[in-house]
Amino acid sequence: MLTGAHFLDGDCACSEGALAAGANFAAGYPITPSTEVVEHFASRIPTVGGVFLQMEDELASSIAIVGAAWGGAKVFTVTSGPGFSLMMEHLGYAAMTETPLVLVDVQRGGPSTGLPTLPGQADMMQARWGSHGDYEIIALCPNSPQECFNLTIDAFNLAEEYRTPVLVMMDECVGHMTEKVVIPAASEIKLFPRRYTSLPPSEYQPFRPGPDGIPEMVKAGAGYRIHVTGLTHDERGYPAMDWRSQHKLVSRLVGKIRDHTDRIARWEERGLEDAEVVVVAYGITSRVAERAVQMARAEGLKVGLLRPVVVWPFPDKRVRELAARVHAFVVVEMNYGQMVYEVERCAGDRARTLLLGHGGGTVHEPEEILQAIREAAP
Amino acid sequence: MSTVINPVEPFLRADRMPHIWCPGCGIGTTVNCFARALVESKLPLDKVVVVSGIGCTGRVAGYMHLDSFHTTHGRAIPFATGLKLANPGLHVVVYSGDGDLIAIGGNHFIHAARRNVDITVICVNNFIYGMTGGQVAPTTPVGATATTAPYGCFERPFNLPFLAESSGAVYVARWTAFHVRYIAHSMVEAFQKKGFSFIEILSPCPTLYQRRNKMGDGLDTMRFYRQRSIIKNGARTQDVDINLQGDIIVGKFVDIERPTLQQSMDQQLRQTLRDRYAGWGGA
Amino acid sequence: MPEAPAAPKARKFRGQVFIDWNRCKGCGFCIEFCPPKILAFSEEFNSHGYHPPYLTKEEACTGCDLCGLYCPDFAIFGVRVPVAVESAEIVSTKA
Repeated sequence: MLTGAHFLDGDCACSEGALAAGANFAAGYPITPSTEVVEHFASRIPTVGGVFLQMEDELASSIAIVGAAWGGAKVFTVTSGPGFSLMMEHLGYAAMTETPLVLVDVQRGGPSTGLPTLPGQADMMQARWGSHGDYEIIALCPNSPQECFNLTIDAFNLAEEYRTPVLVMMDECVGHMTEKVVIPAASEIKLFPRRYTSLPPSEYQPFRPGPDGIPEMVKAGAGYRIHVTGLTHDERGYPAMDWRSQHKLVSRLVGKIRDHTDRIARWEERGLEDAEVVVVAYGITSRVAERAVQMARAEGLKVGLLRPVVVWPFPDKRVRELAARVHAFVVVEMNYGQMVYEVERCAGDRARTLLLGHGGGTVHEPEEILQAIREAAP
Repeated sequence: MSTVINPVEPFLRADRMPHIWCPGCGIGTTVNCFARALVESKLPLDKVVVVSGIGCTGRVAGYMHLDSFHTTHGRAIPFATGLKLANPGLHVVVYSGDGDLIAIGGNHFIHAARRNVDITVICVNNFIYGMTGGQVAPTTPVGATATTAPYGCFERPFNLPFLAESSGAVYVARWTAFHVRYIAHSMVEAFQKKGFSFIEILSPCPTLYQRRNKMGDGLDTMRFYRQRSIIKNGARTQDVDINLQGDIIVGKFVDIERPTLQQSMDQQLRQTLRDRYAGWGGA
Repeated sequence: MPEAPAAPKARKFRGQVFIDWNRCKGCGFCIEFCPPKILAFSEEFNSHGYHPPYLTKEEACTGCDLCGLYCPDFAIFGVRVPVAVESAEIVSTKA
């Protein structure tokens, strides 16, 4: 733990966050603009105890960390758009096998090879729906290097608490910007311990949920003789391929997060008490939006900012509440429309939902957001 | 008077029997060899982990009464790499088929061999994609038919021992399902070997490969293996190609020493970092 | 002069085969690879419609368990059953 105040970029802060959370195994593959996260980890981890291995591709990286997790390690990997697409199958495998891990996507311009060195926010829907089949995901979205540090720790904790993969959706700007990052003492960092069972092997079932819908875990080599499969399985972990087992398992997997949305959802709000227009923004865009909201207030416009910090699950409840009394939402994002659909879904026709989208490659200008606010105001 | 049980029984999940493999399929035969090898090598069974991919052979993991992981198609080897690095005290065995390990898993196969990850890879080669109905595989011999090569396969197949050796495997052997005692013996050697050990086991797929190519049933294939196999321990792996009707060279081809991934990592980091290196004994 | 050692208790092994009747899928491996060739398909069917094997000459079974090693369905195995003999022919050991 490098306790103290530092001047770090978001990628390094994220890496330090992983170390602070106790990560001791990472596998990755170079991809701009995420590579610095694992480069930093690779240089730090041998001195603190752990392993970093650069794998042959993102497919190998994403499954190697699942294997390491079942070997007892605390694991994460890092990538950007094209690698994120490759990791989707294993994101689903981790969700299906309830393997705690953290996957960081430092978003860049897309689609395809796109703009490797420039920001984007166009993987947001992919974060939610990228893998096939029904599953829920938790995704956090930092807007500063300090948050890259803090939210990475939160991601590890959420992964352990809900026995699920958790995403950290950074973007190239936040990843490459350098700001003050305060790293606290190790004793001040609360970590959620892995849910290892205390039951003896004869009584333990690897996928039998506790009262909160989450099963206890074991690691390989502990004498439990478990079987883990990506096939639809029963509580023993054995393949059970019939519609009843499907319903029992998948509804529980989905419910694990849906039923706890109130506890997991997190957002920041500013100036919403009397707002007529709510600007919704996340990641680096929220920094620009803050400036635009300041400028709008200076013009006398009643506008506030809603910044989802946990973007998935989406803060439905809060948006619905606001929709009942505000005039309009202006969703500012570095894509041609992704989270705007979530806002629109929650607002319904009680409030207007407007998109100020952007192809990425650079951030919005405060002036264009201000103009959108003016047009949205009643 | 005492009660005896089938020596393979303690290694099986009795509540999952009978298995799904066809009559005359050789996978079950290799499982008997595996059980015998585990007994002979005296490995602590709580520390043995079977990792498999998708396919008929991939189902082995689900039937073994050991810690076992049925992973994604082609990715058993990187899963095993992560598992072994996280817990070096485990004995990790990858047990999967030719399509899974060599086609979709090919990249991971060569890299794990290159790195000399300390795992044993058992590849049951039935020259076909069995589970999905008999599609062509990168091991299917030229001229053999498959559902996706209905007029005969025209791609030169991989020579798996050659591929393994040239990628860096430290132990390479090939047997057929007929060579049960040799298989068990090779498995014992592979378990005890430090580094990437590879055992290819030719097996009948009577329902698909053999039937479509009019090669008889499982028993006919076993007789064919008996008749056509030539044991040549130490043969050059580049000479052991298999074609449709020719001889099958079997034996132990490679048995060399080389530092494992873990050893190389420790050595390098200790050399560079000296006492700043925290070491790694497992998670 | 030391006494000649007592005749050693020689043991002749006999084998016994056990068949899990309903697991058998009639592949024929055990019958083919039994070294004394004393397994054959039985006339009866099992519950899946296959003809499991039976021992044609019980006294000839050596308990080598090759049948067990080959069986892909884990439906047969052999055991060696030690049998004590009453006497054995010993070539003279007197010095």
